[in-house]
Amino acid sequence: MNRVWTALLAVIALFLAWKFVDWAFIEAVWQPDARACRAAHGACWGFIADKHRFILFGTYPYEEHWRPAAATLLLISLWAFSSIRIFWKWWLALVWLFGLLIIAFLMWGGLGGLPYVENERWGGLILTLLLTTFGLAFAFPLSILLALGRRSTLPVIRGMCVAYIELVRGVPLISLLFMASVMLPLFLPAGVSVDKLLRAQIALILFAAAYLAEVVRGGLQAIPAHQYEAANALGLTYFQSTLWIVLPQALRIAVPPLVNTFIGFFKDTSLVLIIGLFDLLSTIKVSLNDPAWTGFGVEAYLFAAAVYFVFCFAMSQYSRRLERQEPVGQGR
Amino acid sequence: MLGVAALLLFNTLANLEARRIASGFAFLWREAGFEIGEPAFAYSAADSYARALAVGLANTFKVAVLGIAAATLLGTGIGLLRLSKNTLLHSLAAAYVEFVRNVPLLVQLFFWYALITEALPHPRAALHPLPGVFLSNRGVFFPSFSSTPVLEGFNFTGGMALTPEFAALLAGLALYTAAFIAEIVRAGVLAIERGQWDAAHALGLSWRQALRHVVAPQALRVIVPPLTSQYLNLTKNSSLAVAIGYPDLVSIANTTINQTGQAIEGIAIIMAVYLTISLAISGFMNWYNARLK
Repeated sequence: MNRVWTALLAVIALFLAWKFVDWAFIEAVWQPDARACRAAHGACWGFIADKHRFILFGTYPYEEHWRPAAATLLLISLWAFSSIRIFWKWWLALVWLFGLLIIAFLMWGGLGGLPYVENERWGGLILTLLLTTFGLAFAFPLSILLALGRRSTLPVIRGMCVAYIELVRGVPLISLLFMASVMLPLFLPAGVSVDKLLRAQIALILFAAAYLAEVVRGGLQAIPAHQYEAANALGLTYFQSTLWIVLPQALRIAVPPLVNTFIGFFKDTSLVLIIGLFDLLSTIKVSLNDPAWTGFGVEAYLFAAAVYFVFCFAMSQYSRRLERQEPVGQGR
Repeated sequence: MLGVAALLLFNTLANLEARRIASGFAFLWREAGFEIGEPAFAYSAADSYARALAVGLANTFKVAVLGIAAATLLGTGIGLLRLSKNTLLHSLAAAYVEFVRNVPLLVQLFFWYALITEALPHPRAALHPLPGVFLSNRGVFFPSFSSTPVLEGFNFTGGMALTPEFAALLAGLALYTAAFIAEIVRAGVLAIERGQWDAAHALGLSWRQALRHVVAPQALRVIVPPLTSQYLNLTKNSSLAVAIGYPDLVSIANTTINQTGQAIEGIAIIMAVYLTISLAISGFMNWYNARLK
């Protein structure tokens, strides 16, 4: 009986898979020709082919597209490089600093013959990757402070950290982004303005810090009490024992859940579309407004899903591999 | 610290005055002047902002409650399928979880919305899978207790209807959260020791009976805490409705902010509502955990 069901299910699954392959590949139109697309029964990948420059680079000046392309490749290489454990040394920070300086030079230009491009014109994949990178880079140190503060013995500090973490985790990210886009300008003195990209980035940092703080706290809780006691017995101050004994161990334990939080954050950057920033999802959505190409949303969003999936899947496989490896610097 | 707070307050007041934006919640009782696509209860443009926001809140609850019910059923099913001994079943379930979890919810919402509005036929050529049920690019129509949907002019009337916006939001939220719930259910069942299954089998219980009477009651203790946080996530994620045009609380508050310019009050309302929901749910969790001990 069980075999009959399995066979039946296999037939249905194969049939659906065949229908999909037929639609997505065999009957599909690959040339950027809207008329051929409307006549065909299959998917219209010609839409992506026609719009790929706008999707990848947004409104960045067309002749300068090599710059965001190079910056994207460099940023992805930096991430890939940092995933290798033997490079987890202090000089990795210098590699990042140097890499980000090159990216800033490529994106802004204005020096050495590269025309200046203001960040209102940045868009596409690089914007998604930059929002993620800078979001995590600033949120991570903040989250460590929040996590330590939440375990502090001083009631005022503990109370403030708990209130911050619970407040941010209790409201949707959209409300923080709205706050950054419409409320933040009201807080600043007349004449001072912060551009939209930076405001969204600040909201994303504040958001990520609260979630990362809970992961770091999990790592801190996993440190056995005798580690603290041994550090105290050696006469180390709170600052010394935290920096040299507790944090290095806690962060190592927390790496796999941290990577999972990174994945969630990478996905969440897509919400900047709602406040009008041109991230990857936004450029794809805007491409559909072209009258020649309306009505190909299914293909467009499948493409978006595929791009996000590649990045997230790579990160989740990496996190799983880390979990399988024996825990480092632990035990005895 | 107090100095910074005072400076911010001073700036804000100066800015509000310069832009001639009123402050306070008096606007709530003024006429809203905008229509709402699918109000959960009687509402017209002549009603107040307060009533409009209440409609938005009711719409948020509507999609959250239905979404939670659907995600729980689907997630439990997929989680159990992942534990099945049948290779085909558990690999299909694993593929589902892997794919859905690694794509942003917003992309999935846009996808379902595009699928409903682009791939489904016009009402005149609506798909008709079951008697009285119609799928078209104007939404999903099915019979209610009192009437069945009938094609009239360009659309259906009678019966119950899911608009494309609501259907896409519900499908997106339920299918997305189900993948996370499946992992929680799977982890919960795996947390039960092998010996419990063996003992149940030794007593002559079948796989299904062992799951129902021995494993599930124990697994539930592990499952409920992370499950509630998924319910909370689903409720917060329903705020993405604003991106596909379903009139939830955030979307109505956004319209209110655009019309009145009172951003601080509007955002305060959104945050207060979601914080209340979050605190209520975590209060329930603490009570539940205390009861288990």
